[in-house]
Amino acid sequence: MTRKQTVSFKLNGKTVDVVVEPRELLIHTLREKLLHTGPHIGCETSHCGACTVDLDGMSVKSCTVLTVQCQDADVLTIEGFEQGGTLHALQEGFTTQHGLQCGYCTPGMITRAYRLLKEIPNPSEEEIRYWMAGNLCRCTGYQNIVKAVQYAATKLAATSA
Amino acid sequence: MAASTDTLERETKLQGMGSSRLRKEDARFIRGRGTYVDDIKLPGMLFGAMVRSPYAHARIKSINKAKALAVPGVVAVLTADDLKPVNLHWMPTLGGDVQAVLADKKVCFQMQEVAMVIASDRYSAADGAELVEVDYEELPAIVDPHKSMAPDAPIIREDIADKDNVSHGPRTHPNHIFTWEAGDKAATDAVFTSAEVTVREEILNPRVHPCPLETCGCVASFDKPTGQLTVYMTSQAPHLVRTVVAMLSGIPESKIRIVGGDIGGGFGNKVPVYPGYVVAIVASIVTGVPIKWIESRIDNISTTGFARDYHGVGELAADKEGRIKALRFTALADHGAFNSHVSATKLPAGLFSICTGSYAIPKAYCRVDAVYTNKAPGGVAYRCSLRVTEAVYLIERMIDVLAQKLGIDKAEIRRRNFVKAEQFPYTTSLGWTLDSGNYHAALEKVLKAVDYEGLRREQAEKRAKGELMGIGISTFTEIVGAGPTKVCDILGIGLFDSCDIRVNPTGSAIARLGTMSQGQGHATTYAQIIATELGLSSDEIQIEEGDTDKAPYGAGTWGSRSTPVGGAAAAMAARKIRAKAQKIAAHLLEVGEGDLEWEVDRFKVKGNPSAARTMKEIAMAAHTSNLPDGMEKGLDATEYYDPPNLTFPFGAYVCVVDVDRFTGETKVRRFYALDDCGTRINPMIIEGQIHGGLTEAFAVAFGQAIPFDENGNHLGNSLMDYFLPTAVETPHWETDYTVTPSPHHPIGAKGVAESPHVGGIPCFSNAVVDAFAHLGVTHMDMPHTAFRVWQQCKAVGVDKR
Repeated sequence: MTRKQTVSFKLNGKTVDVVVEPRELLIHTLREKLLHTGPHIGCETSHCGACTVDLDGMSVKSCTVLTVQCQDADVLTIEGFEQGGTLHALQEGFTTQHGLQCGYCTPGMITRAYRLLKEIPNPSEEEIRYWMAGNLCRCTGYQNIVKAVQYAATKLAATSA
Repeated sequence: MAASTDTLERETKLQGMGSSRLRKEDARFIRGRGTYVDDIKLPGMLFGAMVRSPYAHARIKSINKAKALAVPGVVAVLTADDLKPVNLHWMPTLGGDVQAVLADKKVCFQMQEVAMVIASDRYSAADGAELVEVDYEELPAIVDPHKSMAPDAPIIREDIADKDNVSHGPRTHPNHIFTWEAGDKAATDAVFTSAEVTVREEILNPRVHPCPLETCGCVASFDKPTGQLTVYMTSQAPHLVRTVVAMLSGIPESKIRIVGGDIGGGFGNKVPVYPGYVVAIVASIVTGVPIKWIESRIDNISTTGFARDYHGVGELAADKEGRIKALRFTALADHGAFNSHVSATKLPAGLFSICTGSYAIPKAYCRVDAVYTNKAPGGVAYRCSLRVTEAVYLIERMIDVLAQKLGIDKAEIRRRNFVKAEQFPYTTSLGWTLDSGNYHAALEKVLKAVDYEGLRREQAEKRAKGELMGIGISTFTEIVGAGPTKVCDILGIGLFDSCDIRVNPTGSAIARLGTMSQGQGHATTYAQIIATELGLSSDEIQIEEGDTDKAPYGAGTWGSRSTPVGGAAAAMAARKIRAKAQKIAAHLLEVGEGDLEWEVDRFKVKGNPSAARTMKEIAMAAHTSNLPDGMEKGLDATEYYDPPNLTFPFGAYVCVVDVDRFTGETKVRRFYALDDCGTRINPMIIEGQIHGGLTEAFAVAFGQAIPFDENGNHLGNSLMDYFLPTAVETPHWETDYTVTPSPHHPIGAKGVAESPHVGGIPCFSNAVVDAFAHLGVTHMDMPHTAFRVWQQCKAVGVDKR
């Protein structure tokens, strides 16, 4: 076993320190050491996107990021979306548009959509489908996920205007 | 009397049946606060990692654990020899067979479970699993089920080689599992002999996998001092699992608690009991600490819960006008190395005999021959009732084949053969009594909505230009809601379901059911049923499922049985409560029970509407001394509901597909789905279920298959190879409905989630084949990948510029 290392990063705005083997994946650190079980494991091969988190302003699949790569990084997970008891527009969109069923893909979907809306604040349906294609859902058929993202885009535009 | 504004307002406030109210379960999911099995973390918990066979068929000569045990963190390595002393190296299957929990002297499929390494964390467990040394002697493997019963075929199951029966009748070969048949063979054969027209087609439902986003797994926790076993598990049927665990472990069922928690999708994958669960339980008993075992995605696709692998032959006999006179369907079923097919005891081929579909077919016969191969065991129902997709696919494809042979329009041939609305309840020639339907109305509504005639004109124009456009129709009838206990049981347990409702003094309620939500939204829809029945707000009705210590016994959620059976139990339990409430109201209002009438949320005195007691008031009274003489306190009821029949949802779908003849790429331009699931509880949820089912149908039709090479090696068991559609390729869905209530269900509901999968798959295939119909093509096997469709283009010579 290789010597463990201490890694410090910001998780949803709070600094955390973890001691990990160099080979430990971010998803395992988040779920098992930091008890943030919102991001899920669906494939461990970067295909499904259930483990999506936001890392320094980019959507990443945390099943293929080493925790030691996260030194001083800024990590956002689904647990960081609700602020002061107020849901994020995406959380509101997913429930009001029935954009989830079993809920397993939902944290990754919302986290991915968050970054998409930062990059393209008013995406077309085609753009949403294209830029969300790294996140798989087996339940909804995506149609209501598209609506959920559109709902959030509209709401975020209205509140920032 | 017209409903007053007041009653309408009160009714709306209940958010009961018919309301598209938002889901109650979402609050935790959108915050990442669901509790799935891999989220469970118990003190002292160890992790299990499976050692799996690289060969499809081999003898195990030796297993050396030494190097694995030397890995820091590794606590134990369990093999079949370690399970033998507790007699848990083999287990019974839901198909009446036995299955090796860990390979006992030989392996019969690639990735079979050989040993489990138990370690302090998942990394050490994986390290240990790499270092378990297994010496194999490879044997010839059978991959093609058509070769299973060859006289010189290698014997796959030496453990049962001399058994002439594996639960479902006589066997004729060591690799034969069962032969099952239904219908009148002689009468059917006679019709075929004298028929004006007959058609025959070989039709494959390839081996696929339900592939829910969450894989299977469990945390087993045995408490030595109390002898209590708790298993947190991804199970669609926690009560059945508890019974199986009791049967095989000898632990009293009262000391076993199965906890379902949140399930990240099931689609049939999470019905059976898998070896990993059993080994984790044994490991917990041995080590005295909790053991977590979670499948990887590759393990999941390779070993647990494949579906289909039905190699069918469809035959129809008809007159020249296309009126079907007889049906003869057979299938060779590849069940893999163990018959762990999920089936009711008396129905080894599930509900395959629903294969007469929506049509009045006077004579029918069907037969299924099931065989062993060196492939993963099982045969689960992937988003369908047992073997219904296979059956519906055959009839919906064959009626198109017949139409093409006779040159009759594919909508018209259906009209000519439909069971008519006035014929319901209609008993098919294979013995099912279809409860209700209105097939003609459904089809006509859809044809009008898509301008079917216009589409056919467009198709003719395109064909004239050499372009390929296909129009697929599917007018399917499903069979769901297993089921009447006289017909359906698993391991002897009838497939009833249950609901226990307790109304609190302040008028809120908790209901517990024997079913298990995996995304269907039970916490919402069951609450809506009870809200309407009891006049209490669905917001204040809590639903609990999945914890066997809390919920009454039930057979779980699969085969679209939650609404037909669980939903019926909820309505019936609520009606028991309402009957008691009526007695209390009569007492409080000092009138006779017969003087009262129910209105939304209260009993009121006929002719004196101001004299009334609301359900909330009655709930409080039920907990006071002010009750009729001799009446028990409280306002609770339990119902164990044994349905009198299954339910038969139906639908009419149209798909329009454009095919690029130079690349074989297909584009679903339009998909219009009309579903009739009887009474609709929550239209928003129904529509969501239909979107999901159609998407899974799309996946099966256009990409899913689990291929093997001739040695039984998997050729596609990761998400790199196995097709799960993304948002990009998933078509846009248009939905519609008619409502034909089930006459025997308390609220007239039939179940819906599987219809779009069952009805969708043939609709896609019919569209793709229809694109080639003018070129003489009558059938193309799934999956319709670009490569396979391009091969078809090439075969008929339309791929040249």
